Amino acid sequence: MIARRQLLGALAGAPLLAAAPAYRLQAEPVAAGLWVVRGADAPIAMANGGAIANISIIATDAGPVLIDAGASFAHGQALAALARRLTGKPVARVYLTHLHPDHSFGIGAFAPGIVAATPPVAAQVAGDAAGFSTGLYRLLGDWMRGTELPAPALVAGDGPVVIGGRRLRLLALSGHSPADLAVLDEASGTLITGDLVFHNRAPATPHADLPAWRRALDLLAGLGHQRLVPGHGPVDATPGTAIAQTRAWLDWLEPALKAAMEAGLTMVEAGDMPIPQRFAGLAVARLELQRSVSHYWPALEAARLPRVSD
Amino acid sequence: MLAARAAAGPLDGPLPGDPLNSPNLPVVLQLVLPEGARVRFDDRVKVSFPAIAENQRQFPVQVDARAVPGVRRIIIFADLNPIQKAVEFTPHAAEAFIAIRIKLDQRTPVRAAVEVADGSWLLAGGWIDAAGGGCSAPPVSRVKGDWSQALMQVRGRLWPSGDGGPARLALALRHPMDTGFVDNIPSYWLETLAVTAGGRRLAELALNASVAEDPSIMLMPHLREGESVAVAARDSGGLDVAVRVAGQSPIPPSREAP
Ligand SMILES: [Zn+2]
Repeated sequence: MIARRQLLGALAGAPLLAAAPAYRLQAEPVAAGLWVVRGADAPIAMANGGAIANISIIATDAGPVLIDAGASFAHGQALAALARRLTGKPVARVYLTHLHPDHSFGIGAFAPGIVAATPPVAAQVAGDAAGFSTGLYRLLGDWMRGTELPAPALVAGDGPVVIGGRRLRLLALSGHSPADLAVLDEASGTLITGDLVFHNRAPATPHADLPAWRRALDLLAGLGHQRLVPGHGPVDATPGTAIAQTRAWLDWLEPALKAAMEAGLTMVEAGDMPIPQRFAGLAVARLELQRSVSHYWPALEAARLPRVSD
Repeated sequence: MLAARAAAGPLDGPLPGDPLNSPNLPVVLQLVLPEGARVRFDDRVKVSFPAIAENQRQFPVQVDARAVPGVRRIIIFADLNPIQKAVEFTPHAAEAFIAIRIKLDQRTPVRAAVEVADGSWLLAGGWIDAAGGGCSAPPVSRVKGDWSQALMQVRGRLWPSGDGGPARLALALRHPMDTGFVDNIPSYWLETLAVTAGGRRLAELALNASVAEDPSIMLMPHLREGESVAVAARDSGGLDVAVRVAGQSPIPPSREAP
């Protein structure tokens, strides 16, 4: 395996003549002083430069707050420029919802002093985030040029913060990943969930803890917000539709995988099992089911195939 | 019908008719098939795998050649893996069906070669994108450091047929399946696995280190009512394990998801 350092060095230092491909971003108004930059509803691919996650921009008197940083250095830069155009001010703060690359690998575009993450996410950045990334460089090539992961200098704790007169409630949770941050903009009643909630798209489970994820969804459902910006998929104009969708998929997935194992299916057959009609509106459902089979099957074997040797 | 060796001719072009158009196939066939093997492409051989390689160290591949009469052997291989051949399966008294997990090193064709009664081979497969270096990254349990305690531990489950058809046998063995390409860890892999019942040979597998760590295998043996199976395996260090797997609940009639 090529070390990430070497890869980054090669990408950053090579005398490349062609310009890096450009992100063309558009902000969609969600509420007063709040926009979402919608990610492509597709897997990470050369066609989208990894810009598949929703990124929120919240205007404050001190400057815009970004919820998530984009997938690459260039993506982070493009988001910073867009936030400045929208608000007339440079970015004041960036909160990372979690350490999946499509949400966080753009942090190098921001001064570490304005980037905030929960302690577990900061520890992941300092530790082995590289383990994630080799595949991303192979997938995205030039889009990743200059991408580095400097450690965030600010700690995002659980509770309220006031930035430039705007009050945000931070919710330090977990379940989709080992550490997930949700942000409630109290002025507009908008809940920004990162990947704890997917909308009209099947949830991804590569580092999920399903019981913890369910607990997080229970908590989010009771916040009294008006609308929701999911990690992927369109804005939910209602408080609960996307939360219920995410919950329904997770509630189906776990017993369905166990039943597939009990019935003697192979991994390939489990990935091809029928998906209930009620999920017909979810994009990439088959792909995410197959990914989830890959995530859970070895552990299901260890738990559900009897040991026959001494 | 093409002779692999003859068709190889100049070793830098795809085999005529290769639906995957892989320039390496002629050379790869010389490595994975017997010398002079006659091959042709046949879509009755179903090679199935997920749309993306979520974990290139544990990539599930399933070969179903039940539509082909008289199958003698099934070989699963990946053209662009450093160890191309993953497994050779001989279904003595079993369906021409095998599911197993392999390692992927890069974007590669993943294929099956199926030997039929006249000694020729049928080929099928597809391309799969692997994101990283599955064959050159240390296997997980080496990082965990627990492999030596669990080495050759076997889990297994037998689903007898409810209706006189083939049973299903799931086997999961703990083994590092070291390729020899990582750091200074020498190659060390599960080499053979044989399944018998009442002294009858049901299935034999010859494995290579390109099979995923902790090999997981599904077969469809032909059993008599109430029979259990004996499984004997040996690794490249000469370590043996022998276990018996008894039938539990039969295969449910409906395989629909809840
Ligand atoms: Zn995520």
